[in-house]
Amino acid sequence: MRRFIVPILYLILCLLIVAAIRGEWINAYLQLVIMYAGINIILCSSLNMVNGYMGEFSCGHAGFMAVGAYITSVLNVGLLNMCSGAASSGAAAGPSALLPAASLALFPVTLLIGGAGAALVGLLVAIPSFRTRGDYLAIITLAVNYIVKSSVENIQAIGGARGFMGMQRVVETMTEFSDLPWVMIWIFIFTGLTIAVIHRLVNSTYGKGIIAIRDDEIAAEIMSVDTRRIKLVVFMLSSGLAGIAGGLFAHILGYINPGSFTILKSTEVMIMVYLGGMGSLSGSVLSAVGFTILMEVLRPLQLMKWVLIPFFLIVLMLVRPEGLMGNRELSDIFPKLGWLFPPRGGEEL
Amino acid sequence: MEAFFQNLLNALQWGSFYALIALGYTLVYGVLLLINFAHGDIFMVGAYIGFFIATFLLGTYAFRLPVMLPNEVVFVITLVAAMLLTALVGVTIERIAYRPLRRKGASRLYVVITALMAGLILENGNLALLGASRRSFPELLPKSIYTLGGITFSNIKILVIATTVVVFLILELIIHKTRLGMAMRAISYDRMAVPLMGIAADTVIVFTFALGSALAALAGVFFATSYPVLEPYMGALVGWKAFIAAVIGGIGDIRGAFLGGFLLGFIEIFVAAVFPSTLRDLIAFSVLLIFLTIKPTGLFGVARATKI
Repeated sequence: MRRFIVPILYLILCLLIVAAIRGEWINAYLQLVIMYAGINIILCSSLNMVNGYMGEFSCGHAGFMAVGAYITSVLNVGLLNMCSGAASSGAAAGPSALLPAASLALFPVTLLIGGAGAALVGLLVAIPSFRTRGDYLAIITLAVNYIVKSSVENIQAIGGARGFMGMQRVVETMTEFSDLPWVMIWIFIFTGLTIAVIHRLVNSTYGKGIIAIRDDEIAAEIMSVDTRRIKLVVFMLSSGLAGIAGGLFAHILGYINPGSFTILKSTEVMIMVYLGGMGSLSGSVLSAVGFTILMEVLRPLQLMKWVLIPFFLIVLMLVRPEGLMGNRELSDIFPKLGWLFPPRGGEEL
Repeated sequence: MEAFFQNLLNALQWGSFYALIALGYTLVYGVLLLINFAHGDIFMVGAYIGFFIATFLLGTYAFRLPVMLPNEVVFVITLVAAMLLTALVGVTIERIAYRPLRRKGASRLYVVITALMAGLILENGNLALLGASRRSFPELLPKSIYTLGGITFSNIKILVIATTVVVFLILELIIHKTRLGMAMRAISYDRMAVPLMGIAADTVIVFTFALGSALAALAGVFFATSYPVLEPYMGALVGWKAFIAAVIGGIGDIRGAFLGGFLLGFIEIFVAAVFPSTLRDLIAFSVLLIFLTIKPTGLFGVARATKI
C-alpha cells in the first residue's frame, strides 16, 4: 500500500487546486504561476536526467521545447480548423456535437506526437554523443538549439519569425465540453507522469547504467553497459519530455514565436537544474517551484532580476557548488520521509 | 569572379572578429580546460569601454581634455586603453568567480556555469545601467575606399585583417618563445605537476585571462569601428559563434582557433551571398553539427586519453 501514498497525495493536491479554481478562490495570475511551475518541473527534471544523472553537459533544452510546442500547436489548430470546417462552415458559435469531445481526446495525442517529434530531434544530439563527450557535446546541443530556432524562423507556413497563434481556440473548445481548467489538468497529469517515469527509470537496474556512464563511461562499457543504447534512450526521453512541456507551454500562452526558445530559455532551465542539484529528482522539483516563485517575486525589479539571479547563482556555486541537494533526495535529508518513498523490491542487495 | 573576391575580402574581415575572439576562448581553454562563456560579453564590454574612452577623448562630456587630439591618436589611445581596462575586467572575473572555485577543487562543470552566469550579469547589468538604447561609435578613422580591379575595399577592412594576422603571429611567438608561454603550455599539459616545478600557476592563469580579454577588446573596438552600432546583446551571438569557431579548430589550439574563425567567416559570408541571409545561422550551425559528427575533436584537437 505504501507505494501508492505519494501518487494519492499528489492526486489530492491536484483535485484541491482544481476545486479551488472552480470555486474561484485562486485568481488567474496564481493559476498561471502554478501552470508555469508544473512546466518548469517537467523541463528541469528532464534536463537533470541528462546533466545530472548522465553527467553530460546539455545546454540547448529550449530547442526541443520549441519542436514540441510547434508540432502540437500546428496539429491542434489544423485539426480544429478541419473539424469545424467539416461540421459546418459557420462561426465558432456553431454547435457541433463531436467537436469539443474530440478535441479533448486529441489533445494528449497531439502532445505526445509533439513529444515524439522532439525526441526525434533529440537524435541529432544523441548520435554525435556516441563519439563526442563533454565540451564538444555541449556545443552540439547549443547548435541544435540554434538550428531549431532558425529553422522555425525560416518556415513561413507556421508564421516564421512572426510567431504562431490560434491555440486559444483549442483551449476554448475544450472548456466548451466541460467547464474545467483543462490546460491545468493536462499539466498536472504530464508533470506527474514525468516524475514517475524519471523516478522509475533512474532507480531501476537499467537506470544504474546511466549513473555508470556519468562516473566512468569506459568502465561502464567494460561492465557490459550498453552505453550507446542508454544514451539514445536518455537523450530521446529527455528531449521528448521537453517537447511535451513545450506543447503545454504553447497552450498556456496561446501564442508562440521563435524568440521564446532562445539560449536564454535554455539557460533558465539550466539555472533551475544547478540550483536544485545534480542528480536529484526532488531537488529538481523543489528548485523548479522555487525558481518560478522567485521569478514572480522579483518581477518588479524588471531587468535587475537578470542581474540578481545570476549573481545569486554564482554565490551559490562558491558556497555550495553541488547545488542545494546535489546527488541527494529529500528522503536522504529527512530520513523520516523514507516511508513515503519505499525502495522498490528487487533492487536491495 | 569579382563578386567572389569581393566576398572573400568581406569573409576575411568577418572572420577576423571571430578569429580574435576565438583566440581568447582557446587560450583560456588550453590553460584551464574552462569554457569561458563570459568571453563574448567581455567582447561587448571591450567595445563599450572603447566607446566611452573615445567619446571622452573627443570631448563629448563636460569634463574634457585641454587639448584636442587628432582622430588617429584618439583611435590608438582608445585601442590600447580599452585593451588594458578590459584585461582588468577579465582578470577581475577570474579573481572573483573562477579562482575560489578552482581552489576548492570544484568540478569543471560548476566553473562553466559560473562563467555563463558572469556573462549574463555583464549583459543584463549593462542593459540595466545604460539602458536599451543603441549607441553609435564615433567615426575615428576617416573611411577611404579604394578600388582595385573591380574589387572595392576600405582602409578599415585592410587594417582589421592585417592586425589579426599580426596578432596571431605575436601570440604564436609569446606561446612558443617566452618563458610565460612555456609555463602556459606546461599548465595545459599537466596542471598538477606545474606548481611542483616552481611555476606560479596563478600568475600564469591571470596572464592568460588578461591576454584573452585584451584580444576580445581589440576585436570589440575593431567591430565597433567597422559596424558602428553598440548594444548590450552584441556579444551574445558573436560570442557563441566565436566559440563554435574555436571548437571547429579544435579548442585549445591557437592555430585551430585562428583557422576556425576564418572558416566560419567564409561559411557565413558565402551562405549569405548565395542563399537568403535568414538561412545564415541555420547553415552555419548545421555545418558545425555535421563537422563535429565526423570529426569530434575539431581540426587540430587531440582526443584526451582516458585512463581507468
